[in-house]
Order: sequence, then structure tokens, then C-alpha cells
Amino acid sequence: MKKRRVAAAAVTAALAMGLAACGGTSTTGGESGQSAAPAAKAEFNAALTKVFNPSTKKGGTIKFANSGDWDSLDPADTYYGYSWNFIRLYGRALTMFKSAPGAEGATVVPDLATDLGKPSEDFKTWTYTLRDGLKFEDGTPITSKDVAYAVARSTDKETFPNGPTYLKDMLNWPKGYEGPYKSKDVDFSSAIETPDDKTIIFHLTQPYSGFDYLAQMSPTMPVPKAKDTGAKYREHVISSGPYMFEKNEIGKGFTLVRNPHWDPATDPNRPALPDRIEVQTNVNADDLDNRLMSGDIHIDVAGTGVQPAAMSKILPDPNLKAQTDNPTLQRLWYTSISPTVKPLDNIDCRKAVLYAADKTGYQSAYGGEFSGGQIATNLMPPSIPGAQPFDLYPSGPDGTGDLAKAKEHLAACGQPNGFETNIAYRAERPKEKATAEALQQSLARVGIKLTLKPYPQADYFSLYAGKPPYVVENKLGLAVNGWGSDYPDGYGFLQQITDSRVIRETGGSSNISVRIPEVDKMFDQSLQEADAKKREPIWNAIDKRVMEEAVILPGVWAKSLLFRPKGLTNVFISDSQQMYDYVALGVQ
Amino acid sequence: MVTYIIRRLIGAVIMLLIVSMATFAIFFLVPQIAGATPEGMASRYVGRTASAETAKLAAERLGFNDPLIVQYGRFVKGVVAGAEYDYGPGVEKCPAPCLGYSFITRQPVFPDLMNRLPVTFSLAIGAAVIWLLAGVGIGVLSALRRGSFFDRAAMTVALAGVSLPIFFTGLVSLLVFAYGNPFSWAAQGGHYTTFLDSPVQWAYNLILPWVTLAFLFAATYARLTRAGMLETMNEDYIRTARAKGLGERKVIVKHGLRGALTPIITVFGLDFGLLIGGAVLTESAYSLPGLGKYAVDAITNQDLPKVMGVTLLAAVFVVIANLIVDLLYAVVDPRVRLA
Repeated sequence: MKKRRVAAAAVTAALAMGLAACGGTSTTGGESGQSAAPAAKAEFNAALTKVFNPSTKKGGTIKFANSGDWDSLDPADTYYGYSWNFIRLYGRALTMFKSAPGAEGATVVPDLATDLGKPSEDFKTWTYTLRDGLKFEDGTPITSKDVAYAVARSTDKETFPNGPTYLKDMLNWPKGYEGPYKSKDVDFSSAIETPDDKTIIFHLTQPYSGFDYLAQMSPTMPVPKAKDTGAKYREHVISSGPYMFEKNEIGKGFTLVRNPHWDPATDPNRPALPDRIEVQTNVNADDLDNRLMSGDIHIDVAGTGVQPAAMSKILPDPNLKAQTDNPTLQRLWYTSISPTVKPLDNIDCRKAVLYAADKTGYQSAYGGEFSGGQIATNLMPPSIPGAQPFDLYPSGPDGTGDLAKAKEHLAACGQPNGFETNIAYRAERPKEKATAEALQQSLARVGIKLTLKPYPQADYFSLYAGKPPYVVENKLGLAVNGWGSDYPDGYGFLQQITDSRVIRETGGSSNISVRIPEVDKMFDQSLQEADAKKREPIWNAIDKRVMEEAVILPGVWAKSLLFRPKGLTNVFISDSQQMYDYVALGVQ
Repeated sequence: MVTYIIRRLIGAVIMLLIVSMATFAIFFLVPQIAGATPEGMASRYVGRTASAETAKLAAERLGFNDPLIVQYGRFVKGVVAGAEYDYGPGVEKCPAPCLGYSFITRQPVFPDLMNRLPVTFSLAIGAAVIWLLAGVGIGVLSALRRGSFFDRAAMTVALAGVSLPIFFTGLVSLLVFAYGNPFSWAAQGGHYTTFLDSPVQWAYNLILPWVTLAFLFAATYARLTRAGMLETMNEDYIRTARAKGLGERKVIVKHGLRGALTPIITVFGLDFGLLIGGAVLTESAYSLPGLGKYAVDAITNQDLPKVMGVTLLAAVFVVIANLIVDLLYAVVDPRVRLA
């Protein structure tokens, strides 16, 4: 889904808010202090909205482990959320997400740049000025040309297939430009200008008021042209951040040590507490959890939470549970209700589905309260800045549905005894099958009969549930769906699933059911609004309008159970990372 | 003897060629028969944001549009003469023997395999010593004390060893002897130190995987040895040896055990060769970065060149192990003469 989301997002540009980066926390920032408060008392969710075990004590080794491996350590070539969190330890972008707990962590602050970008009046040109005293790990100064070169090389998708494409798609590159390797010596000043060593100017093809969110992405981390080895650069990325590579064995792990040329005076965002960072990759996932619990490693770098085996050990044990945090992610598991399929073209029939659905069953299908998620009543997860949860279709005091209301609406839509329709889900996903079965049982209570229709996930959107003619012909009234945001922003979360213009008759869109012209206009309006705070009411209005039309049945906002080993300091979860903020961490 | 070795070496090379063809067909022909297009096969190498155009270009660059025989020829040429790949500002060399090039990690496979081999070899050699000593020793004692309590108890434990899979015994051993509980004395998973860096630490980190792996194999060897010894000790030449006044220890070790060892050597050769090719479950359970874990990770990531590389290397080890076993027959059993 992510792949499709990104591709579509690239076309429509504007997405670019937030993502997964932030830097030094105001609560822990600064390099001078060497104080460590007594270890804080561990309790469940202690690091969810505040700093757990705050400290400015430097030194020690922090140990990360990964049950998989990075797509790439090259800033131009990585697209995992955890990688965007981690990369800030050895790379600095023009801007970054503030390293702070909770909602404060979703704000963008300057990093390499002295300030946030200065837009032109039409929001098509953005200018940044670099700080003084910036250096690479080899002591050579970082200039605006190094940033421009880094962005230019990231457009070569054959060499760097994994990275985000926002800057490739939104900047005004020369026609046919394929990056500095293939389009050697081609002047790309139509996209990026560097009038001097401190200034960098970006030229967009269309207005975008949220460019600072793009500027915090890893492709703006500087790369010295003389040290660029193309696809092999991942083996030794030249550091611009507080740590640099000492050793890198791809497939096994790597070690970071302090970068002697990183000057804390140029970096108010990173406390850089540990002396050394060791990372082990491709570790057995269950072994990793057990080692976390025994204190042998400090952080599961993937940040997606412990495995079911560890969960069954942690949740019944109050001492272990006190060492966990259970953040709600910016991901919604939901079911699309298609108004193009009769009788769901009638809004009352759709509302009957919303009232009859058993939300607790939905939650159980995804794994329950801790690993499955929080019952969702609307679209935007609570951690999206400005999101205001609401509930237009209360499902009763126990969350199992309001059958009386459902029958009322069935009568209003002329189907007092219910109706029959189909529900699509991805065959390879047991949780989606369980969801479809839970809905089948709960809707049957009011006479709505669902027939389960599994489809292969690889073609789910392109050939089946996301292809409008197929949906109508095969009466796919309901389709189990899901969506996650790359960045903590209403536009990034809502646009691909509620803007009707992303729906293609040939298939491929995650938006299966939302066609509301009023919503489309609200998105256009948001692109011209420079103030992020003023954009927030627009996202809530869109969310409410979609729910009023009853074309989406929200299921759960996903959650993860993160283990917080003893001995870690400055532990917190920021809304931008949705996992522990790696820039702030230290060890006792 | 020399002729025999040369003949076996030629046979080994032919065997490896057949294995390489079969492996190549499995990874490149079967997907095409199943309907995979060159672009579809290339798409896994061009990342999550790739357009159809990028996948098409990658298919051309990777040569997936060429006839299969051409692709195989290119692979064999790489093994013999090396290959080159053009990425970014420079050309990436994959020196001979180029067993493939991972387009996901952008690295030649062979150096990766050589980097992992010491881990797997360390695991296999330590476990082999334990299981041979324990398995053969218990087997001999059981045979000599047939029907005793020791015999029954040993064979019961052996049955358990054969029956319990590594992913169970491995996890239980970690839970009981590692992971910071009161009985912990062994290293947790994921720790490996080279022998040259610190022999003591090397052994400490590997003792749990050694014992776990040896438990599985020792059981088989104990049962094999017991059966072999029971049969051998009833042979006429054993009676003759006793009749001519040899001591019982000499009769058992020099005449009895030597005769019973032949099938054990055969099985050991195969087992050890296979293990060197990758102790998949053990390395996964203990997060050891050896060839087995490498293979599992490659399969998970659908990194076919890596899977092919590790398959071929495993085949090489099995073939070599078989060759050594055949040569050892002559040493162990005087009745065998190589011709």
C-alpha cells in the first residue's frame, strides 16, 4: 500500500508535511550538562507524552537491533520510518522535526538552515540559508552546493530506487533530467540554485505552502560530490551529524562513533549523549524481544512493537508492562462503503452499516487493545496535529453496535429486512479476513447479509476493490481497507483516501468510496494556506464531511507495544516518529 | 589413488554444473513458466517507488529480456572470469568467482559468503566435536551394556534428541540458560566473536548453539553407533581377536569400533557438509550471522542472487565432504581399496 501511496502522492505533490525526523529536544538539549537524575519509576505509557528518565549525562554505548535490515543507509535511498528517525544521528537535513515528546515533536524546526524556508508570494520558490561552521566528518565545510548535489543525485531512481520522490516530482528539473551520473554537467538551476555557499533556493512547479516538511527529508542531507560513490555510498555515508560510521558490515550491522567535526554550537537540536552506537541487523525477532527484556540490547530499531510471543509474557506481568509504551499510530484500519453499489447508493443503508457494526469485534480482529488498536470513531488518528475525534454513529455503551438505530435507517432506505452485498478483503491478510467475518456476523443481526470475497493483495486495488467498474459489476458494497501516513499531517493522511480526483477508472487507488466535490475543494483551499494551524480546521472539516456521507466505516487506529529497557535515558515518543525518538536517547 | 581422486574431482565439477543449472532454472525459468514477466522479475530490484518505466529499464539492464541460455552463460562467465556492474559514478566489479551480485544490497555475493563462512564453520566444528564424542561414546557404551538401565536411559534421551526440533530446543535453551534469569550462564543470541580475537569468548558465545545442535545429531549418532557396534561385536573376527588373547579395550576400540565407524563416517560427511552450507534453524534461533541466516534473510527479501550463491556453495561443501568420506573409507576400513 505504501508503494502505491507514495507513487500517487508524488503525482499530486503537495503531500509533503511532516515525516519522520526530529532533532534535539528542548528538554534534553545542550551539551554542557552532565547530570543524571535518579532513574525514574517505570510505569505503563511513561514515555508517551513526556520524557522518561531525563538526563544530560554523556557517554556509554547504546545498542540497537533490527529483526530485518535497512533498505539503505544512503539518505537518498531510504524510506522506512525508523530509518528516517535514525538517520538524523549521522545526517542533518535543512529542517527537522523537533525532538520532543508528544504533539510538540510534530513541529518543524531549522537544522542545517538558520531558519525555516522563506517562500515567495506564490509559494513556488523557497530559500534557505545555511548556518556557519558546518562540517563533514572529514573536516571539509558543508556548503549549499553539497545540499543541492544531494537532492540532485536522489532523483536518479535507478541508482537510488528506495527513497522518497517528493523532491524529484515537485521541483522544476530540466526536461529529462536523471541525476548527476546520467545527466552529467546538466545545469539544474531551474530546480535548485546556489548563488553562494550559504544560500540554496528551490523552484517548484506548483505552489506548495508546506515545503519545510519536504526540506526535512533525508535527500536534503548534504553529500560531498568528491566522496560520492553512487550505489556504494551506502557502505560509507559521509556524516554531517554528531556520529559517523566506524564500521559497516551490510547484513550484519554497523557501529557509529562520535564525529569530531560535528560542532554542537551549530546544532541546538541534538544532545548526542552516547559515545557509541552499535546496531545489529537481521536478528531473530523473538530473540530480539527476549534480549530487550533482559537488557542485552536497548532498542528494537524498527519501532513496530514486540512480537505476540513477548506480548503474552509482558501483558500479564505488571513489572514488565510498566516498561512498555503503547502509542497510537497514524494508521487507520477501516472499511470502505461504496455508494456506487445498490442499495448502498442510499445514505440510510450506509448509515445502517455504520450503526450495526460491532467495533469491539473489529478491534479483536486486529489483535485487541494493545497490539490491534484503539477503536476509531472518525478518520484522523488523534496524533495527527489538530485532529479532533468525534463520533457521529455511536455504537452503544459496549461498542458492539446500536441495532435499534441500524434498523431505523434500514427502514428509511426501504430495506427494513436488510439486504445482501459482498465484502472484499486481501486474502493474504488474516486480520482482514477476521474483520470481514466479524462484520458478517454483526451486520447479520439486522438482516444485512455479507458474502466474503478474498482477493490477492498484489492486485487488490489495481484490479479488484480499487477498480470502480469491477466494484459495481461484482457488487463489492464493502471493502476492508487501511491507510497510514508518512508524516503527522492532515493532508498527508486524508488526501489519498478522500480526494475523489485520485480515483482512477482503471484502478489503483486506495480511495474506493469517497466522491465528495466539497471535500476536493477543501483540499485545494488548503494548498494556498501558509499557516499550518489554519490548515488544521480544514482537515477536521473534511473528516466530518466524509463521515456525514457514511462512505467509510472506521475500524481501529493502529497501536504498537514498545518495550523500554532499564538503563535508557531521555526516552519519549514524539508524534512525528510514532516510536522512541532516537536522537534524544542516552544510557545511564 | 591419484587417478581415483582426479576422477572424483571431475565428477564433482560435473555435479556442480548440474546443480548450478538446476538452481538457475528454479530461480529464473520456473517464475517465467508461472507467468512472471521480465519487468515483474526486475521490479523487486528497483524499490518501492519505482514506475513501470524504471522496472522496464531495470529488466533490460539486468538482462532478464535475454534468452535463458544467454543469462546462464553470463552467470557461468561471471563465476569463471568475474563481472562488472555500472552504478552511479563508478563501475562495480564482481571478481571471479562471481557467484552473483545482489541488486538489493549492491554487493557481490561471494565476499558476503566468505564473510559468513567462519561463523557457520565455527558452529559446525564445535557441535561436531561434541556430537561425535557424545554420540559415539554413548552408542558404544549402550551396545556394550545392552539392556541395562544406562542403555535404556541413553536411548530414550537419544529418541528425544532426534524428535525435538532445533527451533524448540534452541528457544528453550535460551530461555533457561540465557536471557537474564537465575539459571543464566550462557551468552544470549546474536553474539559472535572470532576465534582469533578471543578463543575463550568465541567458545563462550557458541557453547549453547553447539550443545543444542549436538543434542540433535548426537542422538542419531548414538543410535547408529549402538546398532553398528552390536552388529560388529558379533562378527567372527571379534571372536578371533579375543581368542588370540587381545585385551577387551583393544578388541572394542581397534576391531569393534573401527568396523562400526564406516557408516558413521558416511553420515558424518553428509551432515557436516550440509551444516557448513548453513545451519539454518540454529543460526536463526541464535541470531548468528552465518550462511544459514544469510540464506533465510535472502529468501525473506527475495534476493535471488544471494539464494543462488548460498545454494551453490552448500552444494560445493556437500560434494567435497563426500569426496573426503570416500577417501577416509580406505583409512578406516582396511578392506576398502580405492581403484
